[in-house]
Amino acid sequence: MLVLELKRMPEQDAKKRITNFNEVALGLTEEQAIEEAKRCLQCKTPKCMKGCPVEVKIPAFLKYVSEGDFASAIKEIKSDNALPAVCGRVCPQETQCEQACILSKKGASVSIGYLERFVADRESKKGVQIPAPGEPTGKKVAVVGSGPAGLTAAADLARMGHSVTMFESLHEAGGVLTYGIPEFRLPKEIVRAEVEYVKKLGVTILLDSVIGKIETLDELLDDFDAIFLGTGAGLPAFLNIDGENLNGVYSANEFLTRVNLMKSYLFPEYDTPVKIGKHVTVVGGGNVAMDAARCALRLGAEEVTVVYRRGEEEMPARAEEIKHAKEEGIKFRLLTNPVRLVGDGKNWVTHVECIDMFLCEPDESGRCKPMPLSGSEHLIEADVVIIAIGTSPNPLVMRSAKGLEITKHGRIIAKDNGETTRKRVYAGGDAVTGSATVIGAMGAGKIAARAIDEYLRMK
Amino acid sequence: MSFSILEKQELVPTIHLMTVRAPAVAKKAQPGQFIMLRIDERGERVPLTIADFDREKGTITMIFQVLGKTTMHLSMLKAGDDLLDFIGPLGNPAHIENAGTVILIGGGVGVAPVFPQARALKSAGNKIISIIGARNAGLLLWEDRMREVSDELHITTDDGTKGHHGFVTDIVKKILEQGTKVDRVIAIGPPVMMRAVAGITRPFNVRTIVSLNSIMVDGTGMCGACRVLVGNETKFACVDGPEFDAHLVDFTLLMSRLAIYQPEEKEALEKYTCDRKGCSC
Repeated sequence: MLVLELKRMPEQDAKKRITNFNEVALGLTEEQAIEEAKRCLQCKTPKCMKGCPVEVKIPAFLKYVSEGDFASAIKEIKSDNALPAVCGRVCPQETQCEQACILSKKGASVSIGYLERFVADRESKKGVQIPAPGEPTGKKVAVVGSGPAGLTAAADLARMGHSVTMFESLHEAGGVLTYGIPEFRLPKEIVRAEVEYVKKLGVTILLDSVIGKIETLDELLDDFDAIFLGTGAGLPAFLNIDGENLNGVYSANEFLTRVNLMKSYLFPEYDTPVKIGKHVTVVGGGNVAMDAARCALRLGAEEVTVVYRRGEEEMPARAEEIKHAKEEGIKFRLLTNPVRLVGDGKNWVTHVECIDMFLCEPDESGRCKPMPLSGSEHLIEADVVIIAIGTSPNPLVMRSAKGLEITKHGRIIAKDNGETTRKRVYAGGDAVTGSATVIGAMGAGKIAARAIDEYLRMK
Repeated sequence: MSFSILEKQELVPTIHLMTVRAPAVAKKAQPGQFIMLRIDERGERVPLTIADFDREKGTITMIFQVLGKTTMHLSMLKAGDDLLDFIGPLGNPAHIENAGTVILIGGGVGVAPVFPQARALKSAGNKIISIIGARNAGLLLWEDRMREVSDELHITTDDGTKGHHGFVTDIVKKILEQGTKVDRVIAIGPPVMMRAVAGITRPFNVRTIVSLNSIMVDGTGMCGACRVLVGNETKFACVDGPEFDAHLVDFTLLMSRLAIYQPEEKEALEKYTCDRKGCSC
């Protein structure tokens, strides 16, 4: 059997793209898309779908693409996934649908992510179709947080006929898609278009509304029949080492929020500043660390170094993001861990003191536990340090909610269907799992929407 | 959604009062809390302490000093103009209880956030001794309002043009040295002033509360820009504060962190004044 391998999606050249914030991956042409979709074997029991947390009917949409019927393709995707332009860009397909694709065993899987992105982008250029709303149920649902979990739950609930109001604490909707993921990986225009789609399904979005402050959960329960909490994992973790409060030291959340949400890369045209380091050190090995490093480079840093305590194999970042970062000249110092941040005596950071690490037996996460190699301490020059070692759920909502149980890590306790310990309150996404993927959160939003619908129809 | 400005006036040179219609925020606002606002699409999010609120009218009043570009721009707005974003009430409310005798200290623009606390503490049954200070008589804020809610009101000016010639700390020291039984001190003003007050009350072992005006981005605990060291523990001023035990706050760190963006703030302000004048520099 002939298995064509797709050429990589055209990209901005690495040398050029580090001077701008424009999108790196440029998208497929119609011809490339059709040719690629034709590679799908249309398996009778498609494994790819099982790899998708929101169960997109992948072979069906690929068939439409292969026939050049892009309108039907996007309709097929959107019956399961309200945010295809986002998923096509930020999903870790290589560990989900594409990994499960039978062709991946024989060479290269169908580039499902590229094709999802292609049909979504094409629809947004041609004009978005809004599906007819479901029969109104007269039930009201509040969705707290407008990130991937909330947007998905809201879209599904609206299509089921419920009246949905979504509360967002920031001045723009999208959650981590807006404040976290940079423009060059996920243009904000795309996020805004997806949010517009959800609004057109009938969802009301109230911005600038911090639940826990402007309304407590208890007050919301007076006004709504059910609540979905998709409040994400917005609380940044720090290393708890000396020097972490020195000037020039950022949480990745702060750095990325300044750059993405507040557009500080356009300072002084936009008001919010950010420090442009000469020597930037990013601590961490996930997608957020890659995003922060690549933003720092684009802002004009001379040298950006990622410091990670394990090896490359253990890095949680998507393979593609690590590859992109390397192409752009980001330096990696693996098996290295900061022990102290050193200042200049005037409270500005000048160096990161690091120690070499080695890996021994796997720990509870299944990864090898990194151990410090004593005596290997050394200094890395840095005038900006970005800590990207993870986030935990923001406690603001929980603090105002009686009877809503959380774990010792601050995560909301919820069953598989999203039910929390508080009646009529459901939760999903990073608020439940701790920081994970966009698509995982969307899957949780979808499942919770189903459970909420069932509950409301039983009532 | 936009938030209309109902009132805007310059109280004293460089210090302005602004009342904004924001019924949902006003419904929940309490003394000690703050709001964040953004003027327009390109604007930054700035935190301002709530100086007054009216639940019936659905309004929030803030008092701000012109320091950088955003406060300069804010000072140019008039009643009838809109703010793009207005978020709150944020931070923890001040702890209002009948403690006995409370000294309230407001330095400069810090008088504004002190006022709603003085009013609430007064109606909670406390004896209120207020000390308000400014550089000179012309910059003194809300003397009339403070007098209404105080049992005793002291005024200080750095140049002696009104009241005591000197600092608010001189008066606190005198009161404490006289042996007056003081159950709590609340001080809001420039960090130097708050640090000085903390230094004076520490040996007398009087519980002293300060409100910290750290740099913030989201104001909801998401970014950590506002982190402060309190009793050797890192806290976020936005969600753990803004009020902290003055005797535990690392003011040196606070002041150094407040200065992080000074060069950028200067650049933005210069550009703004330039753009307004239409010069070509």
